[in-house]
Amino acid sequence: MKAIIHIGLKPGVLDPQGRTIARSLSHMGFGSVTNARQGKTIELELDTQDAGQARIDVEKMCKQLLANVVIEDYQIEIIDEKAEEIPENTT
Amino acid sequence: MQSAVIVFPASNCDRDAATALAKITGRKPLMVWHQETSLPPVDFVVIPGGFSYGDYLRSGAIAARSPILKDIIKKAETGLPVAGFCNGFQILTEAGLLPGALMRNKGLRFICRPQRLKIVNKDTMFTRAYKDTNEITIPIAHFDGNYFADRETLNKLRSSGRIVFKYLDNPNGSVNDIAGICNKAGNVLGMMPHPERAVDPLTGGTDGICLFKSVLEAIR
Repeated sequence: MKAIIHIGLKPGVLDPQGRTIARSLSHMGFGSVTNARQGKTIELELDTQDAGQARIDVEKMCKQLLANVVIEDYQIEIIDEKAEEIPENTT
Repeated sequence: MQSAVIVFPASNCDRDAATALAKITGRKPLMVWHQETSLPPVDFVVIPGGFSYGDYLRSGAIAARSPILKDIIKKAETGLPVAGFCNGFQILTEAGLLPGALMRNKGLRFICRPQRLKIVNKDTMFTRAYKDTNEITIPIAHFDGNYFADRETLNKLRSSGRIVFKYLDNPNGSVNDIAGICNKAGNVLGMMPHPERAVDPLTGGTDGICLFKSVLEAIR
């Protein structure tokens, strides 16, 4: 089982790095960019078969360490690799 | 007064703190490694500046979960004086001993310079010795010093006199110019400036001395 956690600053919390990225992109000619928010992604490999339990555990990990809930939001994706396994291409 | 300085991997102001404490208290502090599970009997704990754990994840986040912090939290809650400077402030907020968070500086630059501060609350165990002084200059050196807290927390801090220091020309975007705060009971202080680097006229001035003197006098 794999968990992918996306962590970013809460809406309303100033993100100077995101703002600088947006400004740079627009200077480069990507005029459609009006805003950018920078975050981070953490991938965890989990030794469990239980997706429900995995989500509960990862939620706790986010609250206790991975995110600072004073300033950050997080989203958790649980990926059951077996269920998603793509059959090997034999041609 | 017996003091202690907590040492994490990549602490870099632990020796400055030790020198300042030895000079002002007249007694060498105990250096306590972060893997220890309990503090020796001490009257005052300093969590020093630096880049504990390389600032991985967030500044202070990993250090705040280290074994010694559990005991510091327990003892701080029963009144042990604790001060965190710079990375120490970040660790105290991450550990939940102080509210809010320290974010990346608004100008996206590491700032290292002498900084003028206003002492907002002189009736704390960390500031009483300043007496007639309202303004001090203390060095700052940080990338993540932009203090943030929600409105409710800020109102609480303000109305209960827990904002101890403010910047006179806000260098990093901190909300309400906040440079240092204390907990509700008044025994835990966190501040971004480095008073331990301002205890000798030869290096950085002497405006930090009264902070340590205040603690010394409070404990006597």
